[in-house]
Amino acid sequence: MAFDHLILPRRGFLGGAGAAALTAMLPRAVLADAPTEKRFVLIILRGAMDGLNVVVPYGDRDYAGLRGDLAIARPGDADGATDLNGFFGLHPALSDIAPWYKEGALLPIHAVASPYRDRSHFDGQDLLENGTLSPRNTESGWLNRALAIMGGSDRRIGLAVGQTVPLVLRGPTEVASWAPTRIPEADAGFLALVKSLYEGDKRLSLALAEGIQATQSADEMLGNDWRQQMNGGGERLNEPSGQPGNGQPGPAPYRGQKILAEAAGKMLADANGPRIAVFDAQGWDTHAGQGAAKGRLAGALNSLSASLTSLRESLGPAWKDTIVLMATEFGRTAHANGTGGTDHGTATAALLAGGAVSGGKVLGNWPGLAEGNLYQGRDLMPTTDLRAVMKTVLREHLGLPWGKLDTVVFPSSSDAKPIAGITSRA
Amino acid sequence: MLDLKAAAIAANRFGFGAKRGELAAIAPDPRGWLKEQLSLPVQERVAIESPARLAEFLRAQRERKADVDLAKMFQKELRENFRGEAGGRTLAAAASPAPFRERLVQFWSNHFTVSVQRPVVLPVALGFENEAIRPHVLGHFRDMLLAVAQHPAMLLYLDNAQSIGPGSIPGRLRDKGINENLAREIMELHTIGVDGGYSQADVTEFAKILTGWSINRDNDPNPGTFRYRPMIHEPGDKTLLGRSYKEGGMTEGVAALDDLAARPATARHLAVKLCRHFVADDPPAEAVDALTRTYLNTGGDLRAVSMALIDLPTIWSNPLSKIKTPNDLVTSAYRIFGIEGDRFRDGALAGLQLMGQPPFAAPSPAGWPDIADAWMSPEAMMTRVQWALAAGQKLDGHADAREIAKSAIEPVASENTMRHIDNAPSPAEALALLIASPEFQRR
Repeated sequence: MAFDHLILPRRGFLGGAGAAALTAMLPRAVLADAPTEKRFVLIILRGAMDGLNVVVPYGDRDYAGLRGDLAIARPGDADGATDLNGFFGLHPALSDIAPWYKEGALLPIHAVASPYRDRSHFDGQDLLENGTLSPRNTESGWLNRALAIMGGSDRRIGLAVGQTVPLVLRGPTEVASWAPTRIPEADAGFLALVKSLYEGDKRLSLALAEGIQATQSADEMLGNDWRQQMNGGGERLNEPSGQPGNGQPGPAPYRGQKILAEAAGKMLADANGPRIAVFDAQGWDTHAGQGAAKGRLAGALNSLSASLTSLRESLGPAWKDTIVLMATEFGRTAHANGTGGTDHGTATAALLAGGAVSGGKVLGNWPGLAEGNLYQGRDLMPTTDLRAVMKTVLREHLGLPWGKLDTVVFPSSSDAKPIAGITSRA
Repeated sequence: MLDLKAAAIAANRFGFGAKRGELAAIAPDPRGWLKEQLSLPVQERVAIESPARLAEFLRAQRERKADVDLAKMFQKELRENFRGEAGGRTLAAAASPAPFRERLVQFWSNHFTVSVQRPVVLPVALGFENEAIRPHVLGHFRDMLLAVAQHPAMLLYLDNAQSIGPGSIPGRLRDKGINENLAREIMELHTIGVDGGYSQADVTEFAKILTGWSINRDNDPNPGTFRYRPMIHEPGDKTLLGRSYKEGGMTEGVAALDDLAARPATARHLAVKLCRHFVADDPPAEAVDALTRTYLNTGGDLRAVSMALIDLPTIWSNPLSKIKTPNDLVTSAYRIFGIEGDRFRDGALAGLQLMGQPPFAAPSPAGWPDIADAWMSPEAMMTRVQWALAAGQKLDGHADAREIAKSAIEPVASENTMRHIDNAPSPAEALALLIASPEFQRR
């Protein structure tokens, strides 16, 4: 029986006729006005990014000693950091985007943490996304609640890029989603049959209706050529790649990320597209083989850098109206651990990029790395509430009222005050 | 009396669906069919392959430093070999004579996730499942926990192999220290759960207890096997969760794992996960309570716990409450259509990759999610439909949709589903609609 290779070989799978048929079958999405022309991208860095080796405090006299072999060399030394302001430097794997800092389109904020103070990835990510003070206590994410407040139309302003909708975008307000596929698309006739097959099954029929809608919108925004290229391009998002061996040189397992960034950029750039997009970047849980200029962290940063470059390119002119926020659930221990890595910590760095940030400086209150200044004697001390960063962006960039940010979007967050100097808004 | 509906539930909910003719065989005694699978010998015999595979990997790691071409060749071979094993695992599960037991293997394997996102896991992922999980699925949880914590795959995946007691001689001389990754995940994910009442201090103490749990390296005797290294064990007494452990080398860790396995929080954590997997995304409280009680009353006897699962009334009352994960969907398609043989391995793996759940590739130590929300995004739904269509086209001429629908889903199928299959415009679409149908997508 010929059941092998269920994935059919590359071929022109969605000709003009197929796309036209699909469009004809469905009512075209209502093209209501978007509540904003600003763009916002959230990249969730899952796994706890080591802020101390990304935005490197090379000017802190305790840094090199704490980090030992993991310390990033000073600017000017071999494999050294790119200097930012005479105290902080950027990891060398981010050298492609380092020039953005000079042009004012890159803004690191240091010693940032969400209110979460334990060290579980899963709870930490939950709280990062649900916007409350405790994990697992709500089914909606802060960005979905923000979308509800922006409201104004039936149009789907939020977009999840990737196989699942992350918690931060889940909730009562409907969002669009998109993921690359590598299989011929079902034709309109078959989809109509499946639609009626699912009549008695609410869950499946709802997911299908949304899926058909999403496919249609994505085709319009991305153009068939690009989609075809993705489909035939052989990118396997879920296939682990990279080299065997425990981290030296670091594997490059996240090729799929760049595609997600490019798709997000293209759809956000579309006049009728979404305005807010979320996708994940992985590979930050560097318990071992973290490396300095090379290693697992450098590998993850390479992917991130490629994603950002690709995002900027695909956004085109919309880049000037864009803010990208890169946030992680918590940081990593100030000391290197015994295994060439770092363990779960507390404060870390957040990165903002885009034409609408007021970059070219490092924000935050540096707590120092002296033994007595570390949180619980082991982690970078949090001095800036990550929610304050998020709230400031939502207020100044997307125009949400502060009162709602304090109560609905981030409940009980009135202590997290606006931060001056994040956005380019005067 | 023949109970075809209960037979369909037994086959779908506990297994990977019914092969042709299987429902009729199960129908006289569906519960008995399941219990019989649990009456097989507790200890399944398995070949121990991980040490040799890992030794080869470690040797290649050393040699590749000198020879880049050799390294590339080895990597390619390693990856191809893994892909074959991953696809083969799915086909083996689909063909299993004891599918409930196989589901339990996969459940526990996911509970104790090792993932090839860390390339060192590639040569030993399948070995981990066969050596640390499979022999214990009908044994005691504490034995599985110990086997897991001493398996090289887990020791490498969660970095404990390199964890060094800071107070040990190498720790002091080389200023090396502990790695708390394994200790944290054993408590958070494998035993008492994140609400189990532990603190950062407990994580650190447990990590100290586990220092020295390592592997034999390339230049050691018996490379690739577990090895306790007293030299790097953190000396001194430790306190974990209020209990003190006298300095005792490796015995500290064994005792701590036993104590964790015996905790009520562990019983409940495991009961919730089992009920979520087999019963419903939001597990009913009485089902969780029943399994928790059985676990505690039997000292963590997993055969007794699995028997208790069969005896839950709720499991037999709502036949289609769970949406299949991609893993269950693909495996059940291969079983229901009777697709067997090594040449189908690539196809099985391709389906799993397409829908985002290839074996041994979970994104984190928490393993694959087990609720519909995680697998039912609009995008994922489209992918399922596309896969169903592609599968229907491939199966066209090799299978009859009506016949398979009758033998696999009819006792629990809606009239609407059967009518769609009957009235499909082509045989390929009939097959595709069968695969896409709610009764095939759910269990």
